[in-house]
Amino acid sequence: MAQLTHRTTAFQKTLSAAILSTRHLSTSPITVETSVPFTAHNIDPPSRSVETTPQELLTFYRDMALMRRMEIAADSLYKSKLIRGFCHLYDGQEAVAVGMEAAITKKDCIITARMFEGEGRFDALYKKEGGFYGGHGIVGAQVPLGCGLAFAQKYSKDENVTFAMYGDGAANQGQLFEALNMAALWDLPAILVCENNHYGMGTAEWRAAKSPAYYKRGDYVPGLKVDGMDAFAVKQACKFAKEHALKNGPIILEMDTYRYHGHSMSDPGSTYRTRDEISGVRQERDPIERIRKLILSHDLATEKELKDTEKEVRKEVDEAIAKAKESPLPDPSELFTNVYVKGYGVELNKSLLELDLTNLSRFSVEQSLVLFSNIKLTLLVIDCISQSFGADRKELRAVLP
Amino acid sequence: MWGIMRQRAACKAYHALNLEQGIRAIALRAFSSSAKQMTVRDALNSALDEEMSADPKVFIMGEEVGEYQGAYKISKGLLDKYGPERVVDTPITEAGFAGIGVGAAYYGLRPVIEFMTFNFSMQAIDHIINSAAKSNYMSAGQISVPIVFRGPNGAAAGVGAQHSQCYAAWYGAIPGLKVLAPYSSEDARGLLKAAIRDPDPVVFLENELLYGESFPISDEVLDSSFSLPIGKAKIEREGKDVTITAFSKMVGYALQAADILAKEGINAEVINLRTIRPLDRSTINSSVRKTNRLVTVEEGFPQHGVGAEICATVVEDSFEYLDAPVERIAGADVPMPYAANLERMAVPQVEDIVRAAKRACYRSR
Repeated sequence: MAQLTHRTTAFQKTLSAAILSTRHLSTSPITVETSVPFTAHNIDPPSRSVETTPQELLTFYRDMALMRRMEIAADSLYKSKLIRGFCHLYDGQEAVAVGMEAAITKKDCIITARMFEGEGRFDALYKKEGGFYGGHGIVGAQVPLGCGLAFAQKYSKDENVTFAMYGDGAANQGQLFEALNMAALWDLPAILVCENNHYGMGTAEWRAAKSPAYYKRGDYVPGLKVDGMDAFAVKQACKFAKEHALKNGPIILEMDTYRYHGHSMSDPGSTYRTRDEISGVRQERDPIERIRKLILSHDLATEKELKDTEKEVRKEVDEAIAKAKESPLPDPSELFTNVYVKGYGVELNKSLLELDLTNLSRFSVEQSLVLFSNIKLTLLVIDCISQSFGADRKELRAVLP
Repeated sequence: MWGIMRQRAACKAYHALNLEQGIRAIALRAFSSSAKQMTVRDALNSALDEEMSADPKVFIMGEEVGEYQGAYKISKGLLDKYGPERVVDTPITEAGFAGIGVGAAYYGLRPVIEFMTFNFSMQAIDHIINSAAKSNYMSAGQISVPIVFRGPNGAAAGVGAQHSQCYAAWYGAIPGLKVLAPYSSEDARGLLKAAIRDPDPVVFLENELLYGESFPISDEVLDSSFSLPIGKAKIEREGKDVTITAFSKMVGYALQAADILAKEGINAEVINLRTIRPLDRSTINSSVRKTNRLVTVEEGFPQHGVGAEICATVVEDSFEYLDAPVERIAGADVPMPYAANLERMAVPQVEDIVRAAKRACYRSR
């Protein structure tokens, strides 16, 4: 589970490559029309015609199928209590991630909300070298942070942008407008992306926002409303936004999308909306169905080949889950690691080693971390700078690296 | 850098307010043989200047830091020297610019975010704690946040309840933060430099009433490579009868109290904490093991304060050495009054410290 991020560096193209090589079509361009035209605020919208290739179409299909499979797997893992905390499923919204990924580079930054704690480490939910700055638990906080990333990109003169993602629920946060004001004042390359799935937890947009036209809420900041269930519309909008932001400063993209599941695993998702609405969207606007139809109509793959892709993807997810299940819980010493950056602060006095270490639970100087219990400390001897404590401070203490 | 200091070298006489009388007396105490004096304001300004000069990633952001030259003139001259890209004036939007600062730190820059006072940091406290302090831990070391949040903390003079709170205890409770509280100019220079160079988020609690105070300063402190270690308290005055811990402005009061106690035969040891987190428990405990008595002094609210933590740590680690119950001197348990006489009662005075020390020595009245 931990390995599957939206920014996987090496996706397997086995089947799609095989398909395309037999047809010798992989790079010949195709033009698709977005489902609906873009609606624009204070700006001229981009064209509805999007250039793509067979390779890209098949890759979109595969990536979205992978994401869909992952969300379903997360659902059952959460229900079997292998995922703890909160779990917010994204199925229905795959086109936003996949379309955006196609339009940007690894040097562009993305920051978002929504995270879940998997079994094992959650360092995969942050991937700084891939430009992914994490899912943040505080709704709305990620928008000023994203504008800060954009500030730093401009300060460093990197010609890259930051996508700060938020939902319709977060769109009313004051700090968003504070950050947007500064981004506009200073022409920061910040793209604010509102993934509007029309429900902030259980509150429909018309009950939360006096003006749910989120693409217009930037007022003096231009905005674009995009069909978030159409991966090509998303791709086109993100490309357009990136060009704009690098020259003119911030822009808002509102992705009109939909989530099939409830807000979290404890939410059936039907107390505040009808099942007909959910199934209606699934039938008419499902992003994966849209790509499937495009692939079939352009004769890029057969039904069977697409089914095989789905099987392949399912196998990949299952294997990843198996691997994640095998990976152990963190070592107890990890309770105290990374509170501060490693390598600063403490010079452990060697006399510590000579103290009476009765009932010692763990001791590892090599890791620059010492856990000890029931030790009679001669404090004059210890010249440490940073102590930390467990629940019983006489039982569990650590010297922080 | 030296130019700015030479301008200030001809220090104008600074007329202390009633609350500051004690501090002037202490400022005349010679810590070293050098005759140079420097105000805390100049110490902070020179530290910022030198660190910005040394590392192009360091920038300052806050309200009025640029064209106004700093609300308290701490950033005076820096806009002219480094330009508006590195000395950034913000609108009055603490949550926004604190978040932007943390985001810039995520990317690898080294922001110094100024709050006009730490009372306004409450508007941004989510970013200080959830976005900055916890990030390195939550990301398993991938995202470090080399940011400094600085500004005046605690009571000034006559600014009322909403502008007088001390935040040392609040920020001092958070794992992942480092919290510093300088007293003298040497502290200000050394700790601010250390804070800017530190890879972790640092909350740097200054004091408005100390900005204008002069302290003697040695050449070593004036060197641009000077810095003080984070997490190490300083024994300002050695003694053997009672340990008095203090930070920021209260250090001056504690030193005055120590002088008064000395006349009565009580030899007090005064510890300048310098760092609130990580607290230098070892220096505090060693001192109490020597003197056997403890008085903690702080300006902030008493409940769950810095003194409470120090008392607990001494009781836990040095119980057998205590000859008297631990004593806490803190601000009154009320919002800060505005009326001058009530304000005086709400903030610790030198006589409060003296009285507590005598109680600890079983010499009340």
